[in-house]
Formats: sequence, structure tokens, C-alpha cells
Amino acid sequence: MTIFFAILFSVSTLVFVAGLAMKIAQYARTPAPLKIPTTPAPLTKGGVALRLGREALLFESLFRGDKLLWLFAFVFHLGLAVVLVRHARYFQGEAGPLVALVQPLAQPAGLAMVAGLTLLLARRFVIERVRYVTGPSDILMLALLLAIGVTGMLMKCVIHTDIVMVKAFFTGLMGFELRPLPADPLLGLHLLLVCLLMIVFPFSKLLHAPGLFFSPTRNQTDNPREVRHLAPWAAKLDEGQ
Amino acid sequence: MAAAPFDIPALGDPAEHPVPALKPGAMAASKPYVAAEAHQQPLGFPGELAEGWEKRAIDHMGGLLSKYRSLQVFMDICVKCGACTDKCHYFLGTGDPKNMPVARADLFRSVYRRYFTPVGKIAPGLVGARDMTREVLDEWYSYFHQCSQCRRCSVFCPYGIDTAEISMAARDIMDSIGQGQKYCNEIIGKVHRIGNNLGLPAPALLDTLEGLEEDILDETGVPVKLPVDVAGAEVLLVTPSADFFAEPHVLGLIGYAKVFHAAGVSWTLSTKASEAGNFGMFIGNYEQMKKISMRIREAARELGVKRIIFGECGHAWRVAYSFLNTLAGPWDFLDSRYPVPQHILEFTSDLIRRKGIRLDKSGNDGMVLTVHDSCNVARGARMGTEPGGQFTIPRAVIAASVPKLVDMHPDTICDKTFCCGGGGGLLTDELIELRVKGASPRMEALKDVVDKQGVTHMAAMCAICKAQFTKILPYYDFDREMVVSVHQLVSNAIVLGDND
Repeated sequence: MTIFFAILFSVSTLVFVAGLAMKIAQYARTPAPLKIPTTPAPLTKGGVALRLGREALLFESLFRGDKLLWLFAFVFHLGLAVVLVRHARYFQGEAGPLVALVQPLAQPAGLAMVAGLTLLLARRFVIERVRYVTGPSDILMLALLLAIGVTGMLMKCVIHTDIVMVKAFFTGLMGFELRPLPADPLLGLHLLLVCLLMIVFPFSKLLHAPGLFFSPTRNQTDNPREVRHLAPWAAKLDEGQ
Repeated sequence: MAAAPFDIPALGDPAEHPVPALKPGAMAASKPYVAAEAHQQPLGFPGELAEGWEKRAIDHMGGLLSKYRSLQVFMDICVKCGACTDKCHYFLGTGDPKNMPVARADLFRSVYRRYFTPVGKIAPGLVGARDMTREVLDEWYSYFHQCSQCRRCSVFCPYGIDTAEISMAARDIMDSIGQGQKYCNEIIGKVHRIGNNLGLPAPALLDTLEGLEEDILDETGVPVKLPVDVAGAEVLLVTPSADFFAEPHVLGLIGYAKVFHAAGVSWTLSTKASEAGNFGMFIGNYEQMKKISMRIREAARELGVKRIIFGECGHAWRVAYSFLNTLAGPWDFLDSRYPVPQHILEFTSDLIRRKGIRLDKSGNDGMVLTVHDSCNVARGARMGTEPGGQFTIPRAVIAASVPKLVDMHPDTICDKTFCCGGGGGLLTDELIELRVKGASPRMEALKDVVDKQGVTHMAAMCAICKAQFTKILPYYDFDREMVVSVHQLVSNAIVLGDND
């Protein structure tokens, strides 16, 4: 089990990092030939940073569009964020101050994550319009996240695993040193699902996380009359005249 | 009026946000006429679908994905959350689920996934990936011509996914394989051949404007001019060609002329650039959009004007405000003290603020106004120096011209405004059912203020909105003359003769 997960984690981390880097590079490389911010839009780069910050941290547009969905999504993402920060303790020799800060929130955050996901899944069946646009991959993605959350919560609250050994495994792995992982089926399942999530991330709708920052309707300044915006391929058309 | 061969949506209370139940396939048969070879070839598009079009469509899609970050990012990042599903006026009016923005985008995304993503290539069923087939193309043709590119969905999308970008790309792909839309492509042909969307040749234009000058003189006793091709004028006015003949558009044109007259600013129209609208955007074709824009640059150069001002037109203002500098700039040969281009409402509101013109509200006695924010002005452009000036400036001009102005329900105005139902290249008779049904959210909000606040008229600042409302208001038992140009109100209120 130890060797299997050592290999699997290395591979899935590689796929995750390389895949994400390739997608981000693709977004960064593809030009935006026209100014298309959804107006009213900020006039300055600082204003754009604030707009993106509000979108990424508060889900501002979603709040305007659908309050209930906003609540479910916010509860899930907030829970996820806390849980992710807290998991840093398995990769750091000494837990940092942020990790220590969220430590007492681990259980409520895990619950929030699972509850948020359950509600998000339920609305895919309950609301007719959302059911119509839901495909198998949308259900599977929620199920995957839910399974990761539930196995994690079970280990945290019911069937404890030896987290000292888990930490030793991961800190060891980061130094290319093999240390044993507890032979615990629940932990195995949890880690397997996490690896699966990392592998599918760059090929799935989870790209919404980096993608938001490349969305031209949100990341452009509203100054087309003041500054001439010209993509390289469009500039070539200019030369042709 | 005669009974329509389709149901007119019932109007509810806009505060309750009525959302219809899904009616799958309700609008599957709605589609505009396909462009004939005669409409396609002047634009450089193939005359008809020919063997191997599927591959050419996919190749073209690949090209667009590498040229437009919007398209590439929007294809990848939708999570199908459904926040957009009750935001499109065409969905609200028809109940057809493929008019939900995410479902419309998925018509395109399903093909993208099949040919451009690993999962779509390996396991198409898992992510709803589809081959490019005749059935898919027919669906594209139908439903990408049920999007007016109004961008309302993009306001509420947590990632700003703009279905307008996707429908533009789909239309460009269809043009590139010979499945163009007659209405748009015929009109673009006229712009290139004659100078404007209506196909109004220069002598007819001169004749019309002379007639208007006489009308104004008869009515006011003041010799207000409508100059054309006057070299050395200060301002080049570029306005939608509907302003030259249709009502209420032409009453707005008279308003612009009176404002220029009262302000003592010399101006001219151009026979070469006798059209503000740029249908190149509707068909998502950068080259066409640029070619149409270059007419304005050439006209400004030839006439030696110092400023360019655009008349009331929604999509035209988006192209002008957001794209003109990109497409036809730089504008360093014009007077740098003024933005290029300016909107006529910026010009007029500035004059009102500086007391450069005088308005007498009694000219619009008995009218209670509301204002329809045109979608592409509201969400694709700006006026003035502050974000949201596109909302405050038209309201300031209307408020200065009329005794009373009230707003419609807050979820139907400003950046949440609904499209009139006829924008984005859909203002054609064969789409009348779509246009009537798509107008229902706006009609609902209008009826609300008519019933509760005694509104008598609705001001519009877009040629398409004006034409669309004039046509569809009677379907909802309103008077077609309820819709007025903003500058028609200015025209009724302006005090002429100060400068004489």
C-alpha cells in the first residue's frame, strides 16, 4: 500500500501541476482581441483587482444571480478552504500559524463542506432547469468531492487513523524517502479519491478556479477610448492595409 | 390587430420573477432564412454547405479558440451551476430549455469537448460530447439565432461567461462553411455597396434630409440644417440609417439637429458612413467588423472633422465605444480634447449641464416617461467618465426634457436590463414569434409602471429597440407610438433661436 500510494501520489501530483500549468499557459497565451468587460466595469487595474477579488472570495455575481445557490456554494467553498489549509499540517514539519489558527475549525469546516456539497447535489435533482443542464460528469464530480469529504470526516470523528504515520509518509515522500502508511482501508479510499481528483482537475470544470482570473468580461479595464487595445493577430491585419 | 398565430405570453408581476416551466422543443422550428449565395459571396463566405463542411467547421473552431481567449476560457470553465438559467429573455418568453444560456452554450461546448478535450475524445457520453453532424448544425442554426447577444447572462455568471461571445463564434463558423444568415449578410453587403444597412443611396438620403429641414422650418420657423458631406465641419455624426426614415427614429434625428443648431456647433453627416450599426459584430466576424468601421475613419479623414459623435443605437454604441479604437484607430488626427467617439447623449447632457442649450419641459406636457436601457449600451459600453454613466446620462437628459420620469422594476433596468427581443441580428419578420415572446419580460415591467405609475411613454436609445418595440407593442395591447427616441423628447423641449 505504501509503495502504491507513493507512486500514485507522485504521478497524480505531476498530472495536476503539469496539466494545470499547461491550461494556465494556454489561457495566458490566447489573446483577447477586443475589450469586452461586462459593464459597468472598473476603469483602473486596481479596480479590476478588487472586482476579481470580490468574485473569487465573495462570489459577487453569483450573489446577484441566485441567493440560495450562492449560500450553498459559499458554505461548501469556505469549508473546503479551511479543510485544505488544515491539511497543510500533513506536509509541514512544524504546523504554521495559519494551520494552528484553523485547527479548532476542522470539524465544523468539514461538516460545512459535506453539507454544502449535499445541497448542491440535491438541487441538481430538485430544480427542473438545473436537472436539464446536469450531465453525468456533474453528478460524478459532486459525488467524488462528497466521498472525499465523508471519508475524511469519518477518520476525523469516528474511525481514527494514525495521523502521525500519515504525516511521516507525506513529509518523507516530499524528501523522496519511503515511510510506511497506516494500512487503513478508509485512509486508502480517501487518498485514492484525492488522487483521482487531482488527475481529473486539469481536464474538468474545476478549471473554473484558475479560469475566473482569465475571464475577459471580468479582468479587463474599461478604458477602450483612452488606450488602444490591439491583439498581435489583429495588429497584423492593420499592417496589411 | 389580427390574432397572432402563436400564444402571447401572459404578463405577471416583475417583482415575483415569474419563470416558466420547461417546454422542450418549443422553439426548435424557429430559424431565420439561410443566406443565398448572392448574400454570402460579397462577404467572402462560401455560397452553400459543401462536402466536408464538418471538418472545415471544426478547423474554424480551432482557429477561433486560439484567437479568442473568451471562447477558450468560457468553453472550459462552466460548472453548470444554473445561475443563468432564468436570466435570458428568450427563455423567459418561450420556456424552451435550449434558450437557457448554459444550454445554448452547451450546443457549442458539446462539439468543443468532442474534438478539443481528452475526456470528450475518450468518453464522450460522460461529458455530453457530440460529433459535428447535420442535426447539430441545424440546432446551432436555430438556437444561435435565438440569442440577441445582450449579455444579461454574463452579469449573473460567477465567471462572467458571456453567451454573446459563443453565439458570435457559432455564427462565424456557420458563415465559414456556407450556412450564413440572410438578414445579417444581406445587410452587410448593402453597407459595403451603398453605405448603410437600409440601402439608401446618397441622392435619396440628400432628398430625405432636405425634406426634414423643410418640416422643421414649417414647425418651428427656425432654419435648422441637416448637413451632409460638409468638409471642415467640427463634428461627424454617425447614426443608424433607420434615423433617416423610420418613426420614432427620425424624430430623434431631428432632435440631434436641433441640439447642434442650438449649441452652434458645425456638424455633418456622411454619405460614405451613413450607418452607425455594425452587423459584423452580430456575425462574429472581426474582419467584417473592421472593414465596416474603416468607412468611418475614411469619412472622418476626407471631411477633415475634429470629432466623431454617434447617434442613438445600442450595438452600434458597443462597437463604437468598446471596439472602434481597436478596429479603426488610432484617432490621433482628431481633436484630443474629446473622447473618440462620443455619444450624442454625452454631448447633449454636457450642454444641458453647462446651460449651453435650454429645455422647456412643457414641450412634453402630459407625458410620463420610463426608460428602456438598451442591452449593449448597458452591459457592453459606457457613457461619460464614471462607470454607470450609461445609466445616469440618458436619465439626466430625459429628466431635463419631460415633466415626469419613473424607472421600471430594478431587476429589469441598468445592467439587469432586458433586451427588447430584437437585437443581435434577429430583427427580421420570419422571427416574429421569437421577437414577441422575447419581449415579454420587458413588456411585463412596462405594464407594471403603466398600471401603477401612469407611464405613457417609454424612451429608447437604440434603433433596433425602437423598431422592435414599434412592431411588438400592439401584440401586448400597447400603442405602437408609446416608444420614443430620447432625442425626440429633447427635440420637443429644446428652446431654439437663442443663437440667432
